[in-house]
Amino acid sequence: MRRLAFALLVLAAPVHAVQPDEMLADPGLEARARTISQELRCVVCQNQDIDSSDAPLARDLRILVRERLTKGDSDTAAMDYIVARYGHFVLLKPPVEPATWLLWLGPFAVLGLGGAALAYWSRGRRPVDAAPLSDAERRELATLGDSGDSR
Amino acid sequence: MKRLLFAVPVAAFIALVTVFGLGLTKDPSKLPSQLIDRPLPVFALPGIAAINPESGGFASTVFRGQPALINVFASWCSACPPEHPMLGRIKAEGVPVYGIAWKDKPADTRDWLAKLGNPYTAIAADESGRTAIDLGVTGAPESFIVDKAGRVRYKVVGAITPEIWDATLKPLIAKLRTEA
Repeated sequence: MRRLAFALLVLAAPVHAVQPDEMLADPGLEARARTISQELRCVVCQNQDIDSSDAPLARDLRILVRERLTKGDSDTAAMDYIVARYGHFVLLKPPVEPATWLLWLGPFAVLGLGGAALAYWSRGRRPVDAAPLSDAERRELATLGDSGDSR
Repeated sequence: MKRLLFAVPVAAFIALVTVFGLGLTKDPSKLPSQLIDRPLPVFALPGIAAINPESGGFASTVFRGQPALINVFASWCSACPPEHPMLGRIKAEGVPVYGIAWKDKPADTRDWLAKLGNPYTAIAADESGRTAIDLGVTGAPESFIVDKAGRVRYKVVGAITPEIWDATLKPLIAKLRTEA
């Protein structure tokens, strides 16, 4: 029973589409290739990264990334190579640049606006401090008190 | 003031729904091309001997002097046969139509064209798919309009329909012909 559970657990480990023939002999390069592949979107099945996609184009791109790394590209250079062809859309984590400022900063701007609105609203609800009575009002109050006593 | 405090969130909500609603009408598979107004990536692809023994394929350098259409197709592509008659019509209207057989076995391409007819001015085979990646191809069919100077000016993702040809591509090619 325990052995079966273990076997099931092993089978349930995340599957990756990378085929043995794609892998690089150098474990360091292969590890970098895996990391890069996990950050690149498969353009065929768009909500998957190319590391886990079985699409033929994803395989081609995985091989291409490995070729670039073997040729001495840095991680950024290898990613830029793909981005130059497919655009920023292939980056699962979009870069911070003028076109994506709204995306990155928008939530904070909305939070700030909401906070400001809330602060304004709650200030309006605070009980107003009573203004001190003017001399005329005080005199009037005194006469009211007098008339009360005489009743 | 109170009325404004009520109106702002409602307006923001309506704006958000509009943005998301418009987003739903877009086809996410139609990625904008990175090549627009840029020179074609350099390539030199072999021909398919079984189809045309004299043809040596073509290279990116042939796209000079007149606007042309590049069509990326494959015998395994299900959206390609319906597009086929359109390619014949485009060629008949005097626009060179260059076909790139993408990740296709030459024998399959040959059999496929034997069955459907060959509308292409020239055909080249991209068996490795590398040129297609350089072109930013995500699927077949995809087509590119290339101007006289060899720059990509327009990309069609999916089949060229008579509507796309009449409304967009034909006028664009007419304009490109008048360019210096």
